[in-house]
Parts: sequence; C-alpha cells; structure tokens
Amino acid sequence: MTSTEVTGAVSSGVTVHDSLGQRVLFVDKSVYVATITNLYADGFTMCIDLTAVDYLALENRLLPAGVVAQRFEIVVNLLSLAQRKRVRVRVQIADGESMPSLFDIHPSTEAMEREVFDMFGVAFDGHPDLTRILMPEDWDGHPLRKDYSTGRIPVQFKGAAS
Amino acid sequence: MTTLDERPAADNPTVERSTPLVSAGAITSEGGQELRSRSEISQKALMRESGSVLRLSESAAAALADVANDVDEDQTMIINMGPQHPSTHGVLRLMLELQGETVLRCKPIIGYLHTGMEKTGETLSFMQGGTNMTRMDYLSPLNNELVFSLATEKLLGIDGDIPERAQWMRMLLSELNRMSSHLLFMATNGMDLGAVSMMLYGWREREQVLRFFQKVTGLRMNHNFIRPGGVAADLPAGWRDDVLALLDMLPERLAEYEVLMTGQPIWRERLQGVGVITQSEAIALAATGPILRSTGLAWDLRKDLPYLMYDEVEFDVVVGLHGDAYDRYAIRLYEIRESMRIVRQILDKMPSGNFRIQNKKVTPPPRGRIDESMEALIHHFKIFTEGFKVPAGEVYVSIESPRGEVGCYIVSDGSSVPYRLHVRAPSFVNVQCLPHMMRGGLVADAVAVISSIDPVLGEVDR
Repeated sequence: MTSTEVTGAVSSGVTVHDSLGQRVLFVDKSVYVATITNLYADGFTMCIDLTAVDYLALENRLLPAGVVAQRFEIVVNLLSLAQRKRVRVRVQIADGESMPSLFDIHPSTEAMEREVFDMFGVAFDGHPDLTRILMPEDWDGHPLRKDYSTGRIPVQFKGAAS
Repeated sequence: MTTLDERPAADNPTVERSTPLVSAGAITSEGGQELRSRSEISQKALMRESGSVLRLSESAAAALADVANDVDEDQTMIINMGPQHPSTHGVLRLMLELQGETVLRCKPIIGYLHTGMEKTGETLSFMQGGTNMTRMDYLSPLNNELVFSLATEKLLGIDGDIPERAQWMRMLLSELNRMSSHLLFMATNGMDLGAVSMMLYGWREREQVLRFFQKVTGLRMNHNFIRPGGVAADLPAGWRDDVLALLDMLPERLAEYEVLMTGQPIWRERLQGVGVITQSEAIALAATGPILRSTGLAWDLRKDLPYLMYDEVEFDVVVGLHGDAYDRYAIRLYEIRESMRIVRQILDKMPSGNFRIQNKKVTPPPRGRIDESMEALIHHFKIFTEGFKVPAGEVYVSIESPRGEVGCYIVSDGSSVPYRLHVRAPSFVNVQCLPHMMRGGLVADAVAVISSIDPVLGEVDR
C-alpha cells in the first residue's frame, strides 16, 4: 500500500507531504473521518497520539499549496503495526470550530481528545465524555492557547469561602 | 455547569474582568469530571466506563454478560480510591462503582500533578528543554531526554552526524535506566500486593544503578545528561568496572525475586487471570510497552523501528500469553535480563571517539578553551543564554521507554525556543486501560491492576 492509494479513496481534500522524511497528510476537515477510516482499513489500526497546535503567533508558516492555514491544527499520529509505518494527519480548523471525534474508530483517543479540549478549547462532536482532564473542572481558559499568557494569570482559588 | 460568561464576577474577585487575560474559553461548558450515577450519563459514556472497547457480535457480547450492566442503582455504590492511597503511585484517583466487592465501572481522574510542562516547554530553549523533559517520567529520565534530543537533532538535520560513541553511551544509559525503572516496578508491585520486603530489595538494587548514574551524570535523577548533539560529558574513569559490578550483582538478586515472588502460590493467585486485556483491545486503546506485549504481540520499537544502534545488538522481545497482571510482571522481570544482555554487548562494542558532535552551532567549547580564548568565552556565553536556532519544521520522534512508546512532537518556528512541545506519554494513554481491566474484578484486585500498568503520574499529568 502506498500513500497514493491512501489518498486515492478520498482524493479531494488530502495533500500528501513529506516532513523531514516523515509522511504527513494534510486533510480537510470535511474528509477527516473518512480519511482516518480509510487509513484504518489500510492497516493503520493504532492511533498513537492526537494533539493540537495553536498557530496564532505563526501565521506565515510553510504549508503545501492548496492548504489554507487556520489558527488551530489537529495532529493525529497513526501507526501500522503490520507495515511498521507511521503516518501523521494534520487538519486545519478555525477558532471556535469543533472537530468530529475519532472515538468510534479509535477508542484510544478518548483521553487525548479530552486533553486537546482542556488545553485548547477545541470541542469534539460525538465524544462520550468531553470534560476537562488535566485542569480543574471549573478552570477559566485553555492554557496551551498562545493568547493564554504565562506568569500573569492570577491564582484561581475555587470553592473557598470569601 | 457554568460557562465562563455566566459565572458571577464575585466568584473570583482577584481577576480583573475589564482586561481579559484569557480570551478563549467561553465556547465550551465544562462538565464534571467525576464518575456520575448511571441515570445521568449517556449510553456511550456508560459503555466506556464499564470498559467496553470493541464492537462485538451478539454472541461475543453474551459471553461477556457475566457482569450485569443493567444493575439497580440501589445495589451499587460509588467510591473513591485515591488520590491519596498508598497503591496509586502518587496521585492517581480512581472512582469505582461497586456491587458488593465487584467493580462494575471505573473512571480514572487525573490532573492532580499537572504543572503545565508542555507550556513551560514553550519558554525554554532547545538547550534548556532537557531539564523540563527529564522531569516528566521521573523513573526513566534518560529516555525522556533521549527522545527530546533525537527530535531536536532531526529538526537540526544533524541526526546522521552524531558520533558513534555518543550513540552507544545513550544506549548504555537508556538500558540501565530501563533496568532501574523495572527494578522499582518490582519493588512497588511487591509492596502493592503485600510482599513488603520486596519493596526494600527492589529499592536497594535500583539504588545501585542510580549510584552509577550519579557517577556518570552527577545526579541520581533528572540528569539532563543526554543533550542535542550527544551527551554532556564522557564516561568517567572506571565506568566499565562499575557496570560489570552491576551485571555481576543483579542475576543473583533476580533469582531471589523469583523465589520470593514468581514461585509463590500466593503471588500467582493474586496476579494470574487478573486485569486481563486482549490483543485487539490493547491495540484499540493504543496501549504500548509491557501491556501490549503481555497480549502476545512482540512489538518493541527497539526491534521494529530501530533507533540508535539497536539493530546492532542481539536481544529478544519478551511477550506474554494471557494479557494478565502476572504476564506484565514476568515481562518486566525478563526485560531486566534482556537489558543486561544488551549492556554486556555495549561494553564490548563501545567505541572511542567524541561523546558529542563537533558542530560549533550546538556544541559549547571545551571548558579549558574558555580560560584562554575570548571567542570561546563568547561562544559559550551565547550558546547558554540564547541557545541555538533550529530550522522551522515539525517532527514526531518516538522511542521505547520502560512504559511503552514515548513520543516527542516538536514544532519549531526557526527560533531557539520550540513553538510547541508535545509529549506522547505512555502512562497517559495506558491509564485508559484501567476501566477495561477492572471490569468484573474485585476491589482487592484493583490494586494489582493499577500496579501492573506501572503508571508514573508525573508523565500522566505533565
């Protein structure tokens, strides 16, 4: 199986790219689930990692032609045990947009999507239990956003009598 | 549930609402993290908390129906285990739904040790990043430094130029670290199951390994010794004798462990058939390391996607058969022996040469030069204050840590500080297996199951 076959199934909206020798698929949000499903059928049965990057401070980043840069990027690392191969899927989404959850294909994304939601405020539709995972449940803001400054956030005391 | 906008300002008088420091957050409404009663949650969340992972055929589902899922809520009880519980390896908090002594549902609640290390990583330069990475999985700090260094070197494009001696030294330290981590697992696993004397023995042997680390790196833990470009210093005089002394001491001690634990009927009774996970479930949950190998799948990144010089040493990947807590114990015990086998080969093959790359961009000048050369002093000052610039790009590198696949995803914007540093922590993902392994087991076995995952909360919460 080659990368062209992978993208052949959902040709529009997928751009194959090589990042320092690692295969990266830039995937449009509309074909995100379909691509992951196809990759699953091609043997990429393990979703090793799912994370996000906030590109607020890096607008002029290098992207392959045809990929429209948005503020957030969801990065999914898939692994094929049989072929000993990895593939990375990158999806651009704007602030306030939500993503479809991968939980139904890869149950392992449960905690990872919660972490992205907690740290970046990106919601995942269809996630069974989308709550904060690392920060307290009544925390204000999402710490890994680039406009969430360090050192200036007042300590939040919750539940203490005033 | 309150959204940010609805919350009264009196809630937190110290926050000045007129100048919002936090621009984002209002789009979401956070729910409670705790395990709630069955009537309050969705069917999907219920399935998740009862450990369902795969879609089964009806006959396969019927075979699993020994644990009722439609229980009367009057007959069940939700209890907390942790965060302060001696067997939760730090601050892991589990909420368990019990019917009598049987665990029906389980939900790990994490974050008690969250210190924003990924955010901190965005303020530390590539030169300083190792000090941050090494503190995540504090039981295998050298492996964390290694994956960070490998990722940085790949971004720099110098990953093919690292001197051989540096690579073999990294392997030596990585394997010794695997041994020390597994020795500590032996100690805590023994203690969790009531073999309290085992805790002393495991700790004693681990301390011998740490003593060697102290001699090499200056520190017992959190070394920041493996750095982009190589390692911080050469091996000290007499290192070979120290390693040989370790290798001579350990086989006898491991044989004692076998007598104390492996051979004991009580030990086997407590572990065999407890916390079972199948191979397909482990893959679906992205479990790696000894958990995945306990299901019979020989997946080890050192063998399957080799890094450093692992394709030049001989070792076996230890696998289990049943996917239970006993297999995971036995795998770690035998992995200590396999690591010793690798270390012996490293002793034979350790080449001479540089211990770090001679590339002035990433390598500070030798200490002696600083006293005699102004340029060397400036170079040293610049590299330790500003760091070195890393070309823009993104990369994901992963290695086999004692707990599974530890991955490092770095996005660089061309400056000397990572734009984003994400760590794929094996414990964070492995902890997701808990609801599945606990289902239908006894409360007393919960301790054995947590222990067999060998989570390090520093890396779960980061």
